[in-house]
Amino acid sequence: MGHTHHDDHHHDHDHDHDHSELSETALRVRALESILTEKGLVDPAALDLIVETYETRVGPRNGARVVARAWSDPAYLERLRRDATAAIAELGYTGRQGEHIVAVENTADEHNLVVCTLCSCYPWSVLGLPPVWYKSPPYRSRAVIDPRGVLAEFGLTLASDTRIRVWDSTAEVRYLVIPRRPSGTQGWSEEQLADLVTRDSMIGTGLARDPAEAAA
Amino acid sequence: MDSRTRALAEVASIPRDEGGPVFREPWEAQAFALAVALHERGLFTWSEWAETLGAEIARAGPGAPAADYYHHWLAALETLVVARGAATRETLAERREAWDRAAHATPHGEPILLCNDPLHGTGR
Repeated sequence: MGHTHHDDHHHDHDHDHDHSELSETALRVRALESILTEKGLVDPAALDLIVETYETRVGPRNGARVVARAWSDPAYLERLRRDATAAIAELGYTGRQGEHIVAVENTADEHNLVVCTLCSCYPWSVLGLPPVWYKSPPYRSRAVIDPRGVLAEFGLTLASDTRIRVWDSTAEVRYLVIPRRPSGTQGWSEEQLADLVTRDSMIGTGLARDPAEAAA
Repeated sequence: MDSRTRALAEVASIPRDEGGPVFREPWEAQAFALAVALHERGLFTWSEWAETLGAEIARAGPGAPAADYYHHWLAALETLVVARGAATRETLAERREAWDRAAHATPHGEPILLCNDPLHGTGR
């Protein structure tokens, strides 16, 4: 079996990104994993457990630094709103897949929530590895149908008049939620602020930490 | 010391910070987990692993970027899996193609499953 060329299947649709794409390395890892699983040499659940140990270890705390800068520097926030990919790159964080990042900002009356089942559709260059629940089919389907219910399960109850916008990631566009800056943090350094920014707050399933609770 | 801690101690060049290993992309963590799981299964010892990985790194030459670390890791995994007879280069390459076809046949937003490969079950 030689090289497979897909050229003859390609029609020049304007929307030819409606399928999924895996990187060369991701394909090779999947090939290994599936063959070794069939041979009984590895157990996917055991692999998940090992990876979960390092869930927060993929990528540094880049996203928190982006949010802290946006909270501290109005000019930076403005650049982030206009072109988040470029503003994030300013801090030295770039993905290797060339994905486009859009920052969505929580306000007093609007809360943003990000969803997508594929681990490739997660802004890992700023958020690290997606948590297991993010990839689960129940989260994906329910986040769209019943975002308020899903947030409640995460322990987040929003005022009934707060609008919730759900952003479905695509292969090209990943979303980074900018949570609201907690009150009582006037004069805080970016470093201190970054400690308040949790991963979940940047997916939208949580809020930034309360400064009193963070100090405890 | 558990086997993972030992691996980290013996495989000295793993990218890490004070909290342990760091990964830049999900597949790197997946490849890391595969090596840990195969070692636990007894497919190779950590010194065999270090030797194979070292050979891959040496092959890339001194000018290879540090960012390629897990590319070498993945190549070492493939080499050892083939050397231990758990797969052949051909089956790995065929399976890679199958995943590629499966990904292309999977609408965005749905999990990519091998059975989405249009050629799945056609006699391979």
